[in-house]
Amino acid sequence: MSEFLRAYLTVAVFAAFAGLLIAGVLGLSRLIRPNRPTPQKLLTYESGVDPVGSGFSQSQVRYYIFALLFVMFDVEAVFIFPWAMRLELYQVFGLVEMAVFIVILVFGLVYAWRKGVLRWV
Amino acid sequence: MTFALELSYWQSTILRIVGVLVAVLIPAGTLVYVFLFKMMSHMQSRLGPMEAGPHGSLQLMAEVGKFLQKEDIVPTKADRTLFTLAPYLVVGTVLLVYLAVPFGPDAYFADLDTGVFYLLAVSSVSVIGVLVAGWASANKYSLMGGLRAAGQLIAYELPMVLAVVGVVIQAGSLNLQHIVSVQAHGEIFGWGGIGNPFILTQIVGFGIFLLATQAELTQTPFDMPIAESELVAGYMTEYSGMRFLLFFIGEFASAGAFAAVAATLFLGGWWLPGFGFDNNAMNIVGPLVMVGKMMFVAFLIFWFRFTYPRFREDQLQTLAWKYLIPLSLVNIMATAVLKVVF
Repeated sequence: MSEFLRAYLTVAVFAAFAGLLIAGVLGLSRLIRPNRPTPQKLLTYESGVDPVGSGFSQSQVRYYIFALLFVMFDVEAVFIFPWAMRLELYQVFGLVEMAVFIVILVFGLVYAWRKGVLRWV
Repeated sequence: MTFALELSYWQSTILRIVGVLVAVLIPAGTLVYVFLFKMMSHMQSRLGPMEAGPHGSLQLMAEVGKFLQKEDIVPTKADRTLFTLAPYLVVGTVLLVYLAVPFGPDAYFADLDTGVFYLLAVSSVSVIGVLVAGWASANKYSLMGGLRAAGQLIAYELPMVLAVVGVVIQAGSLNLQHIVSVQAHGEIFGWGGIGNPFILTQIVGFGIFLLATQAELTQTPFDMPIAESELVAGYMTEYSGMRFLLFFIGEFASAGAFAAVAATLFLGGWWLPGFGFDNNAMNIVGPLVMVGKMMFVAFLIFWFRFTYPRFREDQLQTLAWKYLIPLSLVNIMATAVLKVVF
C-alpha cells in the first residue's frame, strides 16, 4: 500500500477507535447508573409545563438564504486552495486570473447585500 | 513515532492511538480546570471549586464520577437512533481533527498531503452532529438551538477557511508538517533567529481565524445556540448523564484542537528556535512546545469568552457576512500580490 493511502488508512483506524471509545464510555456508565424510567420523567422538557404540540414543529429558518450563499463561497474556497498552493508557479498570470474570479464572486455578495438578503427579516 | 527504531504499520498505529488519547484528554482537562473553573472564577472575583483536592484540582474527576452515575434519560417522543448517534458525531470528529496536527518531526499521527483541507472538512462535520442532536430531541428549545448552531457554524466556516488561504499562499503547501518547516526556515528581513511564524505576516488572518474559532466553538459572545436565558441549554437540553458529558468534553476538546491548529498554522508549530528541524530530541520537546502554544491560544479564546456579553443573532450574521468575509478576501488578494511581487 502506498504512503498516501496508508495515511488515510490511519484516518479510518482512528475513526473506528473514536467510535469504540465513545461506545466504551457509554457502556461503562450503563453498568453503573440506575435505570428507573417513569412516564413523567420521559416527558419532553418544556420549562416544567406539559409540552404543547409536537416537538418536531415547523419553524421559520430565518437565515436559509445564507445557506445558499454559503454554497457559493464554499465552492470558491475549493478553487482557491489549489491556486494558493501553486501561486509561485503561475506568478502574475495566476494573480490576474484569481482577481477576476474573486471580483465576480464579490459581485454576487454585493448583489445579495443590495437585495437585502443579509438583513434580518 | 519512531525513535530511531523501526516499527511496523500496526505497531506505530497503536502508539499513535495512545498518543491521540493523551493529546485530546490532557489539554481538554487542563482547559476545563485552569480556564473554565479557575481563570473564570478569579476574573469574576470568586474562588470557584475549592473542595476536591488541593485548590479544587480534582474537581474534574469528581464531575466525571458524578456523570457516570447519572440516569440516562431519552424522552419518549425523541428519535432514539439519531438521539444516540449525535454524541458520536460531535466527539468523534474532534479526535479526527487532532490526527492531522504534527507534534514533532516524527511525532505526528498521520502525515496527510492535504492536511489543511482535511482539517477544515472534518471540523465542519460536527455541525451535522449538532443539527442531528437538535432535531432528534423533539424539543422546541433543542430545535431552535440546533438551527441557530447550524446557521452560525456555516456563517463562520467561511471566514475560517478563507483566513487559512493566506497561510497556504505563503507556505505553498497544504501539508501541515511542511507549513511548520516553512515557518522554521523563514527569515525576518534576512534574520532567521526565530524563523518566520506566519502570525507576523498574517496577523489579519490570525485575528479572523480566532474570531471564527470562537464562533465555531459556540463560546460566549457567540453562544446563542446554547443561550441559557432563551433556550435552556439549546441542542443539549434533553441530554443527561454521560451523553451530556460527552458533548461537554467535545466542546473543550475541540477548543484544544482549534488551538493546536492555530498554533501550527500561525505560531510556528512544534519548532523551537535553536533546535535543528530534524533533531530527534524535538520528538520529546516538540509536543511540550505545542502544548505551551495551545495554552496561549486557548487563553486568548477563553479571555474573550469571559469578558464579552452575548451578541444578538442578526449581529452575529452581520459580522460574518458584511465584515469578516470581505476582509478575508482582501487579505487573500493582498497576500497573493505581495507573494508575487517579492
